[in-house]
Amino acid sequence: MKHLLSTEDLSAANAIRILDTAEEMATVGDREVKKLPALRGRTVVNLFFEDSTRTRISFEAAAKRLSADVINFAAKGSSVSKGESLKDTAQTLAAMGADAVVIRHWASGAPHRLAATDWIDAAVINAGDGTHEHPTQALLDAFTMRRHWSALHGSASTGADLTGMRVAIAGDVLHSRVARSNVWLLRTLGAEVTLVAPPTLLPIGVGHWPCKVSYNLDETLEGGVDAIMMLRVQGERMNASFFPSTREYSRRWGFDDRRLRALDDLGLKDTIILHPGPMNRGLEISSAAADSTRSTVLAQVRNGVSVRMAALYLLLSGDTREAAHTPGAARTNTARSDKEIN
Amino acid sequence: MTETATGTSTGTYLIRGAAILGGDAEDLLIRDGVIAGRGVGLSADGATVIDAAGLVALPGMVDIHTHLREPGREDAETVETGTRAAALGGYTAVHAMANSNPVADTAGVVEQVHSLGRASGWVDVRPVGAVTVGLAGEQLAELGAMADSRAQVRVFSDDGICVHDPVLMRRALEYVKAFDGVVAQHAQEPRLTAGAQMNEGTVSAVLGLAGWPAVAEESIIARDVLLAQHVGSRLHVCHVSTAGSVEIVRWAKERGINVTAEVTPHHLLLTDELVRSYDPVYKVNPPLRTDADVQALRAGLADGTIDVVGTDHAPHPSEHKECEWAQAAMGMTGLETALSVVQETMIETGLMTWADFARVTSTVPAAIGRVADQGRPLEVGEPANVILVDPAARWTVDPHKMATMGRNSPFAGKELPGAVVATFFKGHPTVLDGKLNTPYRYAAEPAGAGSK
Repeated sequence: MKHLLSTEDLSAANAIRILDTAEEMATVGDREVKKLPALRGRTVVNLFFEDSTRTRISFEAAAKRLSADVINFAAKGSSVSKGESLKDTAQTLAAMGADAVVIRHWASGAPHRLAATDWIDAAVINAGDGTHEHPTQALLDAFTMRRHWSALHGSASTGADLTGMRVAIAGDVLHSRVARSNVWLLRTLGAEVTLVAPPTLLPIGVGHWPCKVSYNLDETLEGGVDAIMMLRVQGERMNASFFPSTREYSRRWGFDDRRLRALDDLGLKDTIILHPGPMNRGLEISSAAADSTRSTVLAQVRNGVSVRMAALYLLLSGDTREAAHTPGAARTNTARSDKEIN
Repeated sequence: MTETATGTSTGTYLIRGAAILGGDAEDLLIRDGVIAGRGVGLSADGATVIDAAGLVALPGMVDIHTHLREPGREDAETVETGTRAAALGGYTAVHAMANSNPVADTAGVVEQVHSLGRASGWVDVRPVGAVTVGLAGEQLAELGAMADSRAQVRVFSDDGICVHDPVLMRRALEYVKAFDGVVAQHAQEPRLTAGAQMNEGTVSAVLGLAGWPAVAEESIIARDVLLAQHVGSRLHVCHVSTAGSVEIVRWAKERGINVTAEVTPHHLLLTDELVRSYDPVYKVNPPLRTDADVQALRAGLADGTIDVVGTDHAPHPSEHKECEWAQAAMGMTGLETALSVVQETMIETGLMTWADFARVTSTVPAAIGRVADQGRPLEVGEPANVILVDPAARWTVDPHKMATMGRNSPFAGKELPGAVVATFFKGHPTVLDGKLNTPYRYAAEPAGAGSK
């Protein structure tokens, strides 16, 4: 594995390898001295073209716990018209000897450009690109769900997948990189996914995705779910007529107190509630739901560091190359395709 | 605008044994700018003989849709480099789109482009005039002045931007009737395509790129054909890209509406699956569509629903493509690959003959643009705008070897059939042995504006 760009082309073996490695990394976080020497002398650049404090500090903590040197590069407005190009930025980082670039970008596909071009030879980790993917978020969500699912079945997390787990993802799927990464990864891990959203916030073509689609959150809950993931909804969408008002959105698609009680009434005592954060309390999730014992929001944050440690470790020091040529590799620049096995 | 070769000796050439429009092998004698003889066993007396055994003779191609970038973006292309590319691609005339800087919305700018074309001498450069001032979509440009200028503009387009105001479009369609003009519409409903990055469908859903829905093109075409019918005008639809658009144009033609439609070579071959690479070389407007659209476009071109192939040749400097997808400029080069792509998609598939090829790349585009001395039959007495094509050639596209300044060819690395061996423009070989020869030299500048 040279890069971590998407979950769409992440094999089950590599996904489970990352999750299993994250379990090992999690034990580091429980120690008094939360540090491993694994990446000593390696340089990790957090290249953020979009503000995201929580994702950046999660990657920063992960890299530092592995003893890597961390450079934070906030490159706002770095367009051809406004300033330095992505190409020049990448070549600059290459000249400085970056071993890994963690890139967050408002443009879908920007991490793929870094990986597919000869601008920089570092490992590229996608920390969220536009409305495309956010693979480490999906991995930390899967990690959180796997721990829950394994505990329910009295088995160990390590080596397990999510076969049979029913996961509902509700909210603004159209603009959500989290939803996309989760759909592909959960499919790979054997979970059954249902997307719940207003029709305006589902992409044209969603019918081809490996999941079910519902416009009705209550019916989805009644059908039984083991995990429900609420996506952040931005109030601005209302101004673009994606829905009539935030109140109507909240009533129909928000996880409110009524639906929290409904889980109990439906006998879904083990159903967990996930949210990638930051939450709009009172819009897509009520405070009671966010703070309930079902909520895994803080566990997700904690697990995020472990998963990102695992990703950095495997990309920078591990060798998880697979013999098989994946479809994703074929789409990238041929000159680099030998490295693009993920 | 018939340009006589009087006073300009372009030499005498005997093309020996070319398959005329892909038919039987005959000789063509070219002398002083016209076809002076056609038949078997013509005398080579005094002529430079070109052995054309195995080659197909066709009328010089006429591009209805070219971006030459000059004036304003000479870092992307100039009239000189763009027309060199055109000659190498088998063209003897190109229509230069109006979205230069300054915009070609006055007689002065179109005359400048026209003069640059004549000074270059590689092909006939026919400027397209903007429909609205500054392409702003608010006020009609001085269409009549451009029509009456030395450039004798007949095609008007805000290409790159849709004339979306229905009243303005109606007026433009009506007004150009006064001088036999045509409005070439870039059909794109702007509100439905705000921020659009690629075809809206299964691929955009996965890639998280804002979608450019087919309906945004089809709804404008539907409106415009009805407007053209209502006011009895001539409408040309640029770069039709969807199966639905083909259906609407077919419906309009059945009703007798005076509409012509164009398809680009890239829309005949490439699909939005290529966008999965996020390589902006595949970013173009209208976007690459699905395979079902590609098949419908081929069928439409074959059955005449789509009248012409237009390249939408759109060179860009490399920095406008070496960036994030969303930042990248839209457009692809096409002049030097058009013939090969059409051969691959239409002729080698059995959908069209070389005679059909001549119709869609020369005869009809010349008729749409009212270019009198182009797209003519290969008969005695006709202007000698002739190309020789080797249909058996195979070549691998290398943008760095092209004459265009643009390196943004979506066909880079692809092996394609067919090569232009020679291009005769007004009887002068601008291309020989597949290489640039020398430009045609006009005898003298014509007299002042307005004279015929």
